[in-house]
Amino acid sequence: MTITDHPSKAAALVPDFGDEETDRKMCFICSKGTLDMAYPALIMANGALTEGVETHIFFTFWGLDMITKKTMHDLKFTILGNPATHMPQGLGGIPGMTAMATKMMKKQIAELDVPEVPEFLEMLSDMGAHLWACRMSVDMMDLDEDELMDRVEDVINVSEFIELSNDAQIVFV
Amino acid sequence: MSTTTIANRDVHVNDEGFMTEYDEWSEDLAPHLAAAIGIDELTDDHWKAIRFLRDDFVDQQETATLRRVTKVGGIPTKQLFVLFPKKPAKKMAYVAGLPKPRGCV
Repeated sequence: MTITDHPSKAAALVPDFGDEETDRKMCFICSKGTLDMAYPALIMANGALTEGVETHIFFTFWGLDMITKKTMHDLKFTILGNPATHMPQGLGGIPGMTAMATKMMKKQIAELDVPEVPEFLEMLSDMGAHLWACRMSVDMMDLDEDELMDRVEDVINVSEFIELSNDAQIVFV
Repeated sequence: MSTTTIANRDVHVNDEGFMTEYDEWSEDLAPHLAAAIGIDELTDDHWKAIRFLRDDFVDQQETATLRRVTKVGGIPTKQLFVLFPKKPAKKMAYVAGLPKPRGCV
């Protein structure tokens, strides 16, 4: 940014906030319904919004659990099938292990002062994010639109999503 | 680290232009910093955010994120985007003479 209209400050070093670049747009696709896979898109969407980027989030398949009132407060994390936990996979099948792993992950996330998924989505919506539900997934899971969180703008089909993501950077999670 | 001149005062700034010395900032500097990034008037609501950032920095030794300004400072997120358009976290920090927030959320 130049401030040459103020000669006395002409030499001032001022950060370039890139306000003129208004056309960047990002679309995140959330396709997973586990706690650990809910966060990456939300955190990146938060970053995009903070940078003034137009942001859309499309929830499809199991990702619908993130915006369904009945399930969004109860996403889970399991060590089963996730060797990155570096735990013996056999442990994952012990009753109560998923609940314990979920509790631990929620605690770690809270310690970083990162909100739980429902509150996070409300915050993103306040920041200007557009939340969309996938038509086919809603039909397949036999959901009514009023079973989705209020912040969801609409249930749209893939053609509509492809249309709105024209010229956007798409991130599939 | 270099220096620049804001309102006829020499202040230390980083490569991007964010002030680096907490004590070189004073409230009379804020309107000049705001004007330099296109915010022509600082209302009471702007000041509430700026003062929260300043006070919070003393306690936390880092710049509050948007979520913290909302959750602890009590200023709704939507309002922050109106007061400091498009990039409220960075713009608030700049006007308050603080570094950019480090946290992701």
